[in-house]
Amino acid sequence: MRRRMIGIAGGLALVLASSTSVLAQELTIFWAEWDPANYLQELVNEYEAETGVQVTVETTPWQDFQTKAFTEFNARGSAYDMVVGDSQWLGAASEAGHYVDLTDFFNEHNLGEVMAPATVKYYAEYPSESGKFWAIPAEGDAVGWSYRKDWFEDPKEMEAFKAKYGYDLAPPKDWKELRDIAEFFHRPDENRYGIAIYTDNSYDGLVMGVENAIFSFGGELGDYANYKVDGIINSDQNVKALELYRELYTYTPPGWAKSFFVENNQAITENLAAMSMNYFAFFPALVNEASNPNAKVTGFFPNPAGPGGDQFAALGGQGISVISYSENKEEAMKFLEWFIKDETQKRWAELGGYTASAAVLGSDEFQNATPYNKAFYETMFRVKDFWATPEYAELLIQMNQRVYPYITAGEGSAKEALDALAGDWKETFEKYGR
Amino acid sequence: MTTLTMTRLDPQSRAARRGMSDISIRNLFIIPTILFLIIFNIFPLLYSLYYSFTDFRASTNAPANWVGLANYRELLNDPFIWTNFTITAKYVIVSVAGQVVVGFGVAMLLNRDIPFKGLITTLLLLPMMLSMAVVGLFWKLLYDPSFGIINYVLGLGRFEWLSDPDMALYAVAITDIWMWSPFVMLLSLAGLSAVPKHLYEAAAIDRAGPLYTFFRITLPLVAPILMIAIIFRTMEAFKTFDIAYIMTSQPTTEMIAIRLYKMAFQEWQTGMSCAFAYIVLIMVVAITNIYVKYLNKVKER
Repeated sequence: MRRRMIGIAGGLALVLASSTSVLAQELTIFWAEWDPANYLQELVNEYEAETGVQVTVETTPWQDFQTKAFTEFNARGSAYDMVVGDSQWLGAASEAGHYVDLTDFFNEHNLGEVMAPATVKYYAEYPSESGKFWAIPAEGDAVGWSYRKDWFEDPKEMEAFKAKYGYDLAPPKDWKELRDIAEFFHRPDENRYGIAIYTDNSYDGLVMGVENAIFSFGGELGDYANYKVDGIINSDQNVKALELYRELYTYTPPGWAKSFFVENNQAITENLAAMSMNYFAFFPALVNEASNPNAKVTGFFPNPAGPGGDQFAALGGQGISVISYSENKEEAMKFLEWFIKDETQKRWAELGGYTASAAVLGSDEFQNATPYNKAFYETMFRVKDFWATPEYAELLIQMNQRVYPYITAGEGSAKEALDALAGDWKETFEKYGR
Repeated sequence: MTTLTMTRLDPQSRAARRGMSDISIRNLFIIPTILFLIIFNIFPLLYSLYYSFTDFRASTNAPANWVGLANYRELLNDPFIWTNFTITAKYVIVSVAGQVVVGFGVAMLLNRDIPFKGLITTLLLLPMMLSMAVVGLFWKLLYDPSFGIINYVLGLGRFEWLSDPDMALYAVAITDIWMWSPFVMLLSLAGLSAVPKHLYEAAAIDRAGPLYTFFRITLPLVAPILMIAIIFRTMEAFKTFDIAYIMTSQPTTEMIAIRLYKMAFQEWQTGMSCAFAYIVLIMVVAITNIYVKYLNKVKER
């Protein structure tokens, strides 16, 4: 009997000991596996030095990010205290109660003005225009383009281009020029191709690539306020935008049917393509000579304008949210208070993170820090995003199902694909009583 | 009853001295297994059957509403789902047929006295021992149109194995054939070595041709064990996920397991995906039953 009592006491002591180690503060932030997550780890190391609270940034590959995060949320798990989640998760995560409501925090610190307006609208607020906030804009991001300056500035190429198209070879100002240049540099015999675009249909790669064309052609995915899609997603300008995207696909390197950010950076580093679409967050690797042998001859330009002069880009980036099931919510809020300070945001930008702070973005120091920061600053005021409703994943898969066969295999027509998509979306919204 | 079917405990044994009976020992062994099966197999099976009649979503706090057969109706009316089934059927036929032809062929070659037979057999079994994900990633590199070794060796230039919607499924099937033919080979080899030699001697005396010998002696005698290999491979091929998911994302390679995964863990349509899983389960059980019936018939012969 006594031996059993000793055993129980020992077990209790062990439980107490392990719970005290929880009290010695630790915070875990969940994010996808990419460079900005490493920069964030560097940033939070400074928080630990200041406060003694140990913060760990835990990562998982992009393809699993959504699945893993939502599996943990749905199980009401407390493994993560905060998550730097995708903008389109806001609806699903806020309606299910996975995220802590940050509206009071937001208003108290006047974040609506401290952060750039587009980042507040897309990374933080749900439903749109509701004044309810669920995240703090953390990593601003949008699609931009990189190009081979040496190919563009080669006098022979410039002469040949002018002779063929009647205007000077320079970074494209609109999508027609983008198409011409892609066609011009597309030379499979020389193992050189025109352009690298997003085509991966396993998550949101292809859809965001197509969005760049649709938004710049003056189109929309639907009316986000009343869920109307017919006549909007299958509008004439969207059909034209999709047709052009399909044409661009014919100027991509061989086997370009499952390409996302990794492949599109490779298109530049491996001398495959003249121009490549990618998120600004992946450009640091392109100016670094260790990761890009062509770093010196790589240039950047913002997403070009459409035929009507509209110029928009697909939004990437994420906001940081506190998870409702965390056991350290108070400590997490303290961390956020530190994170939104001007000095922290400035340091975040220095480390390579894309701050959403309007003041830091507007400063000359930031804009001159890299060859692409100015293009980033301009783009962040012209971004649009996908649906953020809780059923966004179904909408995304439906768009992939309809658009992918047309883009990569030329099946059917753009009009047919978008008409069918309008039908799918309408049905989905009806199903959820929107 | 128990005394008839079980060996009695040795009265001198330690268990007997502790006062344990035959029955309590039997229960000690069986009950944990039964509990394990009930908790991890039977209970989830029934629980998901209930969910398949609801609109439950694991991603929300909303309660599950009873929707009757609506999920099944919607799934069976969805043209994309039918495409997924057609793709899967095509894949199963190509992949299993390929494995049987290659596996049985290699087994025939190995079923004779050759030097290093054991070593060769072991080496041939290697693909089967690799992880599916690793095989998928390696073959993706081998198929690469720019630097892949397959195009180089076959002189195909820049042929796009995995980006070509018509070719992608066959490319995945070829990988599966490479990986799992050794399994069929192993079982066939066991079957072949069990064929009595005197039958061949008798056939030789009667001057039977090699084809006649093969179809009248070898194949019928190996058939039962070959059928077992086919049953296993069909069931596996039916639920193929990892290889296809890793190698390509063509809609023409979206097999039911991949669609099911997306429905359950990306869209979080838990109720609907339970219904889908049940449809797949019923199909697999039906197909396996046909095979087993056929297997019994073959055995009777």
